[in-house]
Amino acid sequence: MSLFDHSIKELEAKLHNKEITVSDLVDTSYKRIKEVDDKVHAFLTLDEENARSKAKELDSLEDTIAKLFGIPAGIKDNIVTKGLRTTCASQFLRNFNDPLYDATVVEKLNAEKSITIGKLNMDEFAMGSSNENSSFTPTRNPWNTDYVPGGSSGGSAAAVAAGEVLFSLGSDTGGSIRQPAAFCGVVGLKPTYGLVSRFGLVAFASSLDQIGPLTRTVEDNARVLEVIAGHDKMDATSANIDIPTYTESLTGDVKGLKIAVPKEYLAEGVNPEVKEAVLEALRVYESLGATWEEVSLPHSKYAVAAYYLISSSEASANLARFDGVRYGVRSEKAENMIDMFKKSRSEGFGEEVKRRIMLGTFALSSGYYDAYYKKAQKVRTLIKNDFDKIFETYDVVIGPTTPTPAFKVGEKIDDPLTMYANDILTIPVNLAGVPGISIPCGFSPDGLPIGLQIIGKHFDEATVYRAAHAFEQATDHHTKRPQIGGAN
Amino acid sequence: MASITKEQVKHVANLARLEITEEEAEMFTDHLSAIISFAEQLNEIDTDGIEPTTHVLDLKNVMRKDEPRHWITREEALKNAPDHKDGQFRVPSILE
Repeated sequence: MSLFDHSIKELEAKLHNKEITVSDLVDTSYKRIKEVDDKVHAFLTLDEENARSKAKELDSLEDTIAKLFGIPAGIKDNIVTKGLRTTCASQFLRNFNDPLYDATVVEKLNAEKSITIGKLNMDEFAMGSSNENSSFTPTRNPWNTDYVPGGSSGGSAAAVAAGEVLFSLGSDTGGSIRQPAAFCGVVGLKPTYGLVSRFGLVAFASSLDQIGPLTRTVEDNARVLEVIAGHDKMDATSANIDIPTYTESLTGDVKGLKIAVPKEYLAEGVNPEVKEAVLEALRVYESLGATWEEVSLPHSKYAVAAYYLISSSEASANLARFDGVRYGVRSEKAENMIDMFKKSRSEGFGEEVKRRIMLGTFALSSGYYDAYYKKAQKVRTLIKNDFDKIFETYDVVIGPTTPTPAFKVGEKIDDPLTMYANDILTIPVNLAGVPGISIPCGFSPDGLPIGLQIIGKHFDEATVYRAAHAFEQATDHHTKRPQIGGAN
Repeated sequence: MASITKEQVKHVANLARLEITEEEAEMFTDHLSAIISFAEQLNEIDTDGIEPTTHVLDLKNVMRKDEPRHWITREEALKNAPDHKDGQFRVPSILE
């Protein structure tokens, strides 16, 4: 049994009672990374020297009181870390070794004394659903390394599933936390848009991006969110609201909880074993005293199209900053400045990133703006209205996180539209800005995890967590571990 | 069905400051045509009178006082730069 089979709360008690030290926890991380990461490839950069010296420093303190005292964490590589290489898994930033500041979420983790073990692999600039778009080595699924871990926060999910860190941070623009959490059998939350500061998150689609935690349990997830949530004057879209103590909402009581199940989320295209796992989860909720009814999200089928127009348009503007002037890799071949922009970007960006920049540039270009970009934004309004209407009557929306369990490496990479369709159940949540979590709810006959998605009202993470925790406590899916590198 | 020509793809690449090969131009023509045709399904929906959503929260312009404060030094700003000289970013010639 690994120390990482304990919750943060249990480890806090062990540290307090001097049963273990912070150095033991950091050792557990690096030992496990050495054991499995040449197969999983969850990490792009390790920060071992700093982590070990910080562990010693914490071990020398009398006071162990901080919400994440000594807890080993991994950070997705699109979240900037002062003095620690931040690449977004792009060749363009492969030498960005010395970022000048910490993202607000990293500052908040540091303030609560967690320890950054390293930076986690991802699809380049968070564009992808399989981690195959990492320009370094793609991450593999710890449950079966022939399969993808999902994306774009594939490294964040795989590192937690494989027991390399106790929690990680990811980012979610169209499902990039929840989909890999589902594929790797861990808990991943995309908070309400505006709950967590985006300052220091390398922007992909600014109206959709949110940072959130990936953990083994709902309780740990709620605890990390308590630390990273909150208003930040450095992010003008961050909401100025009081942050509840989410862990206090984990009562196990869902009596009277009203669940909406969109018929579109169990329709054709959703794999039978996924559908069965979700229906079984609904039976668990019934046994706990909750009720569910079928509803409709009539515009959800248009979400993928609207999403790719909106997110690619925003990306084409956001990625204009990568020009080879202030940071990143500059092409050696350029003769003049415009040529330098073009050559640096063309040499530094991978195919998917170029495809999305081109799609976005096209959708925003003269003559097409109204037909594509503005049309997509109007459809976004209708998708948001669908959710608003359901939440007038129901407390949460429940369905699968993904239509299928993890797919094989190489299976979808040559067809962008097939890859995009994989996010059909997670994308509407980003367009509406509401919170969504993925928790383990079973396994396919091939032994691959299946994720249950629970969606809540704006800023009602407390109810999402309460529902997720009640299910988790009534089942044992979250206690299963991948067998990679032996039990962990 | 919407389709995009190779010339349009090359024009868009130039706008986006990307240099693409002939082979890439053909590939992106196929991919972008497929994605744009897929996006045409949005035309099935009547959106007359629907306000576009640019942002899901009810936030208005967030203002703060324009006060100078310490952020980073010139040396720090330059330390990740591919090239710099005399305390400034250096780029290839702008004028021919």
